[in-house]
Amino acid sequence: MEKFNTLNSIATPLDRANVDTDAIIPKQFLKSIKRSGFGPNLFDEWRYLDHGEVGMDNSKRPTNPDFVLNNPKYKGAQILLTRENFGCGSSREHAPWALEDFGFKAIIAPSFADIFYNNCFKNGLLPIVLSHDIVDDLFGYEGDIVIDLDQQSVSTNSNSYTFEVDGERKRRLLNGLDDIDLTLQYEDEIRHFEVDYFKQHPWL
Amino acid sequence: MAQTLYDKLMSAHIVREQDGATLIYIDRQLIHEVTSPQAFEGLALANRKPWRKEANLAVPDHNVPTTERSSGVSGIEDPISRLQVETLDKNCAEFEINEIPMNDIRQGIVHVIGPEQGATLPGMSIVCGDSHTSTHGALGALAFGIGTSEVEHVLATGCLWQSKSKNLKIEVNGSLNPHVSAKDIALYIIGQIGTAGGTGYAIEFTGSSIEDLSIEGRMTLCNMAIEAGARVGMVAVDQKTIDYVEGRPFSPTGENWIKAVDYWQTLHSDDGAVFDKTVTIDAKDIDLQVTWGTSPEMVVDINGSTPDPSKESDPVKAESIRIALNYIHLKPNTPIKSVEIDKVFIGSCTNSRIEDLRAAAAVAKGKKIADNVKLALVVPGSGLIKQQAEKEGLDIIFTDAGFEWREPGCSMCLAMNADKLEVGERCASTSNRNFEGRQGQGSFTHLVSPAIAAASAIAGHFSEVQ
Repeated sequence: MEKFNTLNSIATPLDRANVDTDAIIPKQFLKSIKRSGFGPNLFDEWRYLDHGEVGMDNSKRPTNPDFVLNNPKYKGAQILLTRENFGCGSSREHAPWALEDFGFKAIIAPSFADIFYNNCFKNGLLPIVLSHDIVDDLFGYEGDIVIDLDQQSVSTNSNSYTFEVDGERKRRLLNGLDDIDLTLQYEDEIRHFEVDYFKQHPWL
Repeated sequence: MAQTLYDKLMSAHIVREQDGATLIYIDRQLIHEVTSPQAFEGLALANRKPWRKEANLAVPDHNVPTTERSSGVSGIEDPISRLQVETLDKNCAEFEINEIPMNDIRQGIVHVIGPEQGATLPGMSIVCGDSHTSTHGALGALAFGIGTSEVEHVLATGCLWQSKSKNLKIEVNGSLNPHVSAKDIALYIIGQIGTAGGTGYAIEFTGSSIEDLSIEGRMTLCNMAIEAGARVGMVAVDQKTIDYVEGRPFSPTGENWIKAVDYWQTLHSDDGAVFDKTVTIDAKDIDLQVTWGTSPEMVVDINGSTPDPSKESDPVKAESIRIALNYIHLKPNTPIKSVEIDKVFIGSCTNSRIEDLRAAAAVAKGKKIADNVKLALVVPGSGLIKQQAEKEGLDIIFTDAGFEWREPGCSMCLAMNADKLEVGERCASTSNRNFEGRQGQGSFTHLVSPAIAAASAIAGHFSEVQ
């Protein structure tokens, strides 16, 4: 996993609450057995005017000029700014894969759905929860935003805000650590647990 | 100290705790073809083996055709759907994981076959790369959906890192109104607390109305916990739970059965256990429910109307209502019963169990679907449910009424197989999500119970049971 330390970028404002993972990456693209290549189909139904299917040449498809991702002003933005309950619905990790593949590295919202929030950390994508009022302010702000994970801060030209993140998640993201490698350091502990556990629960 | 059911289930599985993260042991991982290929690939690339292969049970469900299947997996028309099912078969063979293949009578939707096979037991920690894993909490298990990286983690280590959820008690008391089902309870709750109302919480459903529900009904309710934002939905173990589990293929027997039952009987919240939040609902306030919009919280009573965004004071909510009504082609203040439908879908991990099929068949018996209904699908949750329904003659009731009787799978709930809505089509669906494009791009989904789906198929518009 890629390390996350600081990020300096403009934000793409997606002014919608309850954006679900079906919208982030529609189901026809979940048929892929790969982990990459989902970026061109991020928000497919909002981004393009035709019906998207696997294997299409996305560069030739008609785009929706009203959708914010198609606004040239936000080209290259690495931060997505959005509203409450982002990433609700299906557990598909294809959603953070698509966001990451498109080029986003952080998402700022007043709240996230639990499974999506978890999935982001597995892919070097930082979800940041800030209050409604701060998110409102950011929607009115144009310019670079600086995110510092170590300091747990989000800064604009005039303001700086702090955000919460679990110590363990922060450590793993800052160092780009692999979860499985870390867990296997405790292999003996897991084996010990199993011995007691199956003694107590012999039917399992 | 008095503990909640969730706290008991968590503490029984804790291997290690550090800095806000808890490593918990996983008793059962259920696997399907959509969220597992990248996990198996990761395992192979790192040259790892499954930690405890017998903890896993796999079944293809999302991509499988619900029409004739005699030519097997090679008969799946869509080549990418076929590849995904073939990949699951190949991975399970390579990693020696128990798989119920597509043409096995036991095949079905992962959240239906787990409990049906006894692979879901009370007290277990259960995960699956699918958000509706909350379903299994109906049996007093700790069950939740995970992403693909976590599927790989569980395969490799038998464990999973978690942060503890808060406890939310939702208590429903009293007798249900006529024809009101677990689905209506679920939709009503989501309408009350919102799709983010349970975010960060594990929900325990309690109260006399929940105790009165069958295990199937409790599964419907826990299934929809995720639509209220909660990864975990649970019901305490009672005699119904134990009776349900007894005698199933994966269930314990003999001395182990006795030991297991002793333990399972402790799986309830203690008197005096403290919940972070409690919601109390009176069953008599719950009427039949129909969603009108593009989120499960956008729901009204069958006698209700679509909302008017100009009357909503919160600007974000007003905008959400406007976007949803615009998408779903309905005007504000439209009585929901006046809305005509094009298709009907009875199925999904929410409502495809035998009790659901019986409820729908009771309504459809001796009737015909309306002329404006182009297609009404009944998709049983598993091959065994299909077999049971046929034994009871439900298939004949459905086909006589003009419904199509299909093979088991996820089908039109998310339309990854050939069953989908076309642009502009409106569906009365017993599934769990009415998101934009969920059942087909540009299509409109209204969530209802099986009885209302059948009644609406016959009326041609949303209707209560006549």
